[in-house]
Amino acid sequence: MTDRLTRRFAALKAENRAALITFVTAGDPDTETAAAILAGLPGAGADIIEIGVPFTDPMADGPAIQEANLRALAHGQSLRKTLAMVSTFRSADNITPIILMGYANPILAYGIDIFMSDAKAAGVDGLIVVDLPPEEDAEIGAPARAKGLHFIRMATPTTDAKRLPTVLDQASGFLYYVSMTGITGTRDVDITSIAKAVTNIKEYTELPVAVGFGIKTPEHAASVARVADAVVVGSAIVSLVGIAAAERANDIPTRVTAFVNTLSTAIKGARL
Amino acid sequence: MNIATQAESFREGPDVRGHFGAFGGRYVAETLMPLILDLETAYRVAQADPAFVSELDDLLKHYVGRPSPLYYAPRLTKHLGGAKIYLKRDELNHTGAHKINNCIGQILLALRMGKKRIIAETGAGQHGVATATVAARFGLPCVIYMGSRDIERQAPNVFRMKLLGAEVRAVESGSKTLKDAMNEALRDWVTNVDETFYIIGTAAGPHPYPEMVRNFQSIIGQEARVQMMDAEGRLPNSLVACIGGGSNAIGLFHPFLDDINVKMYGVEAAGHGLNSGEHAASLAGGVPGILHGNKTYLLQSEDGQITEAHSISAGLDYPGIGPEHAWLHSIGRVNYVSATDEEALDAFQMCAKLEGILPALEPSHALAFVKKLAPTLPDDHLMIVNLCGRGDKDIFTIGERLGVTL
Repeated sequence: MTDRLTRRFAALKAENRAALITFVTAGDPDTETAAAILAGLPGAGADIIEIGVPFTDPMADGPAIQEANLRALAHGQSLRKTLAMVSTFRSADNITPIILMGYANPILAYGIDIFMSDAKAAGVDGLIVVDLPPEEDAEIGAPARAKGLHFIRMATPTTDAKRLPTVLDQASGFLYYVSMTGITGTRDVDITSIAKAVTNIKEYTELPVAVGFGIKTPEHAASVARVADAVVVGSAIVSLVGIAAAERANDIPTRVTAFVNTLSTAIKGARL
Repeated sequence: MNIATQAESFREGPDVRGHFGAFGGRYVAETLMPLILDLETAYRVAQADPAFVSELDDLLKHYVGRPSPLYYAPRLTKHLGGAKIYLKRDELNHTGAHKINNCIGQILLALRMGKKRIIAETGAGQHGVATATVAARFGLPCVIYMGSRDIERQAPNVFRMKLLGAEVRAVESGSKTLKDAMNEALRDWVTNVDETFYIIGTAAGPHPYPEMVRNFQSIIGQEARVQMMDAEGRLPNSLVACIGGGSNAIGLFHPFLDDINVKMYGVEAAGHGLNSGEHAASLAGGVPGILHGNKTYLLQSEDGQITEAHSISAGLDYPGIGPEHAWLHSIGRVNYVSATDEEALDAFQMCAKLEGILPALEPSHALAFVKKLAPTLPDDHLMIVNLCGRGDKDIFTIGERLGVTL
């Protein structure tokens, strides 16, 4: 498949470096600021962008992302507006892959087939639907793939060897390894167990393996970049936005760019 | 839909994937999937193990105080002037509600699975109290998640949980009620996967919870069936129960689902009225969606955001409903109706003064519907109302609504 995501991973593999995947919540803290943050991410070194789709009940997320969801919703963010934001981004950047990450209900309410068409047209490359395990795949996963959207699966420390093939069946794009049990962004990184898990997963799949949950600093990012194909940083960026929003700062996009830059530099130097 | 042309049995669900028709399922993050698969395996083994069944029966009899009486309510019957009304007195259970039927079952399962810590969510606090009770009884540490708004309006139950040794954690996120407590309990479970058993209090959540909770609560209907046969020599004509998540209702209904002449009424909480936008009637005012691990009817915005439920009764204040009820609604086997806060308050007072029983605000909704339905029926119509909880916990809320300072 010659799509944005596959091309990006191939190019990074040729460079022998891991991808930096940055996660931001759509519409956080408000529509305009979020659009400015998004536009600044590729220049700051984000190789792939995950956009969180706000939901009132993000049960797999920690406090930072929960609050970001509520801030965005309080400013009237909707799935429709999120797609519009991707469209706008795409008019300036047709290279950086965009993955939407969220929960099933907003997609269901939007209408599954219409959503897939609209997402594809907006320039979305893939979906992560947190509360849709392989057992319930038919409903959203299959229509996504039919539209040429990657449907990205997650594996966790509780996904044992017996279950891994179920998770990998029909997985595409990359495999998202959630590096610890728990909710997003609440514990520290254990690099030894991550390395072991990635090695193990690679025995079962050719897909790139991205590691996320709990990566907060350039040092964390660099250590994960040595053992995985991609490093996902989410809560740390979202927290930064939250703190800046609470201060009513007017330089939120600049602060995000500066932080993402440090992550990118660390990842670029990790395997040298 | 003509229910007579439906499948031969209404009691066979869910399917192997946990679906009741288009509802139910296992919509959880991958972190939880292995856990709920383990839970299902352990539950299947326990279900088939006579030792588990006999231990459960023994505890239900000697610790909970089952069977609960099926009580003919003569003055209520006379006052309403129609159907002959029986009350299934699950408010007489240890801890004062039906919730403990399920908690005993689940903690026995937790012990079999070698779990060392119990967590639960609670709305009105009845499930929290029942969980704290069984955790104390079996010596396991227990954390109860409760919305901070519910903590305010259910102070007596919060204190009871603490007296029983549980830690009550206030949930400040979202609407600060039951749904947020459930989010927080799920987060705890995901974080502490190895040692922790999550006792879900209602017949909702990811499979196998809706089925498992229903089975533990079905003791209500099984007893009522036998008791009605003893009392009247025939089955009841109708069953009435209130619905939040729907565990007391499914517990009463399920053993009768294939008795096609037994009519069933589930009473949702209409809060300030179905047209007010402030209610908790997921079937009457919601559309199907996915929340808390299952597909069911949910109160939500057009954008798929979950909206806040409202009910005077904290136990019914939930924007969803168990998936089996969603299915029974879709096929027309059970009639779902509603009662407002005001109607429930009236019914509470009626029951207190006529029968000397303080019902909880939850079953007061069922009684409010009975107040409308019973007078339209002949006096040989046998009706069972599930009195699933007692009202002691609600006296402060009721006092406030009646303008009385306690």
